[in-house]
Amino acid sequence: MTLDTAIGRDMSAFVRRREDGRDRLDLLVTGARCAGCISKIEGEVSALPGVRSARLNLSTGRLAIEVSAGAIDPGRVIGALAGLGYPATPYDPGAALQQRDREGRKLILALAVAGFGAMNAMMFSVPLWAGLFDQELGPATRTMMMWMSAAVGAPCAIFAGMTFFESAWRSLRAGRANMDVPISVGVILTLAISFSETILNGRDAYFDAAVSLLFLLLIGRWLDHRLKASARSAAGDLLALQAPTVCLVDGAGRERSIPLGDVASGDRIRVRPGDRIPVDAVLEDGEALLDNSLLTGESAPERVARGQLCRAGAVNLAGLLTLRAEAGSEDSTLAEIARLIDAGAQSRSRYVRLADRAAALYVPVVHAAAVLTFAGGWALGLDPREALIRAVAVLIVTCPCALGLAVPAVQIVASARLFRRGVLVKSGAALERLAEVDHVVFDKTGVLTEGRPALIETPRCVVAMAAPLARASNHPMARAVARVAGDGPVATDVIEHAGLGVEGLIDGRRARLGRSAFVGVPTLSGSETELWFGFEDGPKVRLRFSDTPRPDAAQTVAALLARGLTVEILSGDQAGVVEAVARSVGIPVWRSGLLPEDKAEAVDHLAAAGRKVLMVGDGLNDAAALARAHAAIAPGSAIEASQNAADLVLTQDRLMAVVEALDVARSSRRRALENFGFAALYNLVAAPAAMIGLVNPFVAALAMSGSSLVVTLNALRLRAAR
Amino acid sequence: MNILLLLAPFSVMLGLVAVIAFVWTLRSGQYDDVKGAAERILIDEPNPIAPTTDPTAESGPN
Repeated sequence: MTLDTAIGRDMSAFVRRREDGRDRLDLLVTGARCAGCISKIEGEVSALPGVRSARLNLSTGRLAIEVSAGAIDPGRVIGALAGLGYPATPYDPGAALQQRDREGRKLILALAVAGFGAMNAMMFSVPLWAGLFDQELGPATRTMMMWMSAAVGAPCAIFAGMTFFESAWRSLRAGRANMDVPISVGVILTLAISFSETILNGRDAYFDAAVSLLFLLLIGRWLDHRLKASARSAAGDLLALQAPTVCLVDGAGRERSIPLGDVASGDRIRVRPGDRIPVDAVLEDGEALLDNSLLTGESAPERVARGQLCRAGAVNLAGLLTLRAEAGSEDSTLAEIARLIDAGAQSRSRYVRLADRAAALYVPVVHAAAVLTFAGGWALGLDPREALIRAVAVLIVTCPCALGLAVPAVQIVASARLFRRGVLVKSGAALERLAEVDHVVFDKTGVLTEGRPALIETPRCVVAMAAPLARASNHPMARAVARVAGDGPVATDVIEHAGLGVEGLIDGRRARLGRSAFVGVPTLSGSETELWFGFEDGPKVRLRFSDTPRPDAAQTVAALLARGLTVEILSGDQAGVVEAVARSVGIPVWRSGLLPEDKAEAVDHLAAAGRKVLMVGDGLNDAAALARAHAAIAPGSAIEASQNAADLVLTQDRLMAVVEALDVARSSRRRALENFGFAALYNLVAAPAAMIGLVNPFVAALAMSGSSLVVTLNALRLRAAR
Repeated sequence: MNILLLLAPFSVMLGLVAVIAFVWTLRSGQYDDVKGAAERILIDEPNPIAPTTDPTAESGPN
């Protein structure tokens, strides 16, 4: 659904009643950036009749409008916003409400508590560590300080550590050990030792170390969560932009707008020219011309006769259609493809992330080192208390803090950078997979090409002659002619003949624009990539079309080849068309006439041959292949299913963004590996030091914080990197 | 040194107040639109700003 078609539609289905009994309309507004935009948008919308209040969330672009019952036409609100220069679309916040950011709030609360605990517990530890007790402070004050430190530090540590304890417990019960296990063991042991020291009037208490450790770890956790959450909400917004309504015809012939999800089998629905067929449906009346390019990749329009099936996802090119729904929205060709996508996504989830691989090595080694320290120290004649403190120091100094931050810090910087450049990264794992890619597969229509017909090599006078009639039509080819001709007069008495063309009066003379037979030319080629124009009594001229490659397609392909990747086209279109595009953008290998299953299979074959495939595609026919590929990118113009299946979505109309995403993914992988290298080096130095008793738990916590700082700074280098 | 008995708990209390204040700001949705809040102070508003109607905002403490 494009923004301009949204304005003319009945959108009342999007006004929802909330629990508090008031009606609410939610819109997603694009283009708002500053205070001026806020006041313009809120002012204009609140002034509309029926609107009680309007509030724009500038961070998310969501405009919440509270309306008086039944007195608002969302189309007018959208129209008013479009008039101000802000495209808007209705948005269903139901899904967003469900996935409210509970996890994030829990993390940030734990972070706040850990921060508070760390600072205040440290306040009592500074005199302890500064050795003031031999000089000025007495043993009574010292005991008080330790107890105060315990009173502040322990509850905070337990509260903030819950995230880690829970996850460690879950993984232990599943018979595995993740990175949270050494963290939890370290923290709990530290707390236990500190308590026993405090009670027994001992020397050392490390409540502050335990809390500051958790504070730093939580920063890493929160960064990771932020990355996922922001990607999820941005992806949700992209999908919400396409939230379609369906025009339902009831028994009395009245039209009513309902959300797509409410369509049931047997409903009569109406589809206007230029709109997408919402569900699989049988054509009831007339003859339809459908653009199936998203479904099959075939760019030539397909004619459908009465009683035949129109598949969901096809675009109605001409005339008003009345259809009878064959299936609800969950149960159609789309659902079939969704199953293929699920199968693909499962095969991809077996991928092991860098951090997990590191953890698999790390966890047993650290535990073994700690146990060895304790047992070794005891055997060598240390008293058990001292040996235990050394073991804890080993656990803390080797705490996977730097490891925990290594990847999220890099990925959040990388995704922020890509987001500014028009690429939405849906998960951190996607970046890691993208960095490994060595073979790129492109879909043709809508990816390498604009995905819409463009006029080629036609004399200006011919275009100018046909333009008045072209301006009166909604057909993509006619629109292409009108675009070339620019503004000008429009033909009168226009009749649109579905699937044939348009007819109208230009300067009083009857003219036709459309298929050869319709205009009155004996069929020469029957090609769907041409349009004929002629006055009733004059000569007929031909207008030829092609789907032109995107302006930066050739540049993108060249850049990919220069990086040592191999490139290929998999298209559902006819061989001749694919070959022409392949030649013009410089891709040597191409396959044509592929069905969705063929594409997925081709990707599987490449994977079986050991290639790491990046699939770039937009259509429904690509969705399964997108899900099967090692990494997948879909343009923002792609349909919902493809965007769901893809790892990255291009939010701007530039193909070069694919190359940029690849570069950033590769350099972020390099940074992550550097971080791992540093963490390993640090552990190699720190762990033995802790084992021989050079490091007490507090110094361990300090060293550990230093290592996380280094890792974070290294990640920030990505921001500037070319 | 007796003053420590007063000052130490006092400073912890202050820290605690800060945490409680932070939790309150978190719950009342003040971090839901950080960008918007920064820009809104520039708007000349003849009448006060409408209360938050963002549906994704938390409604009251939970």
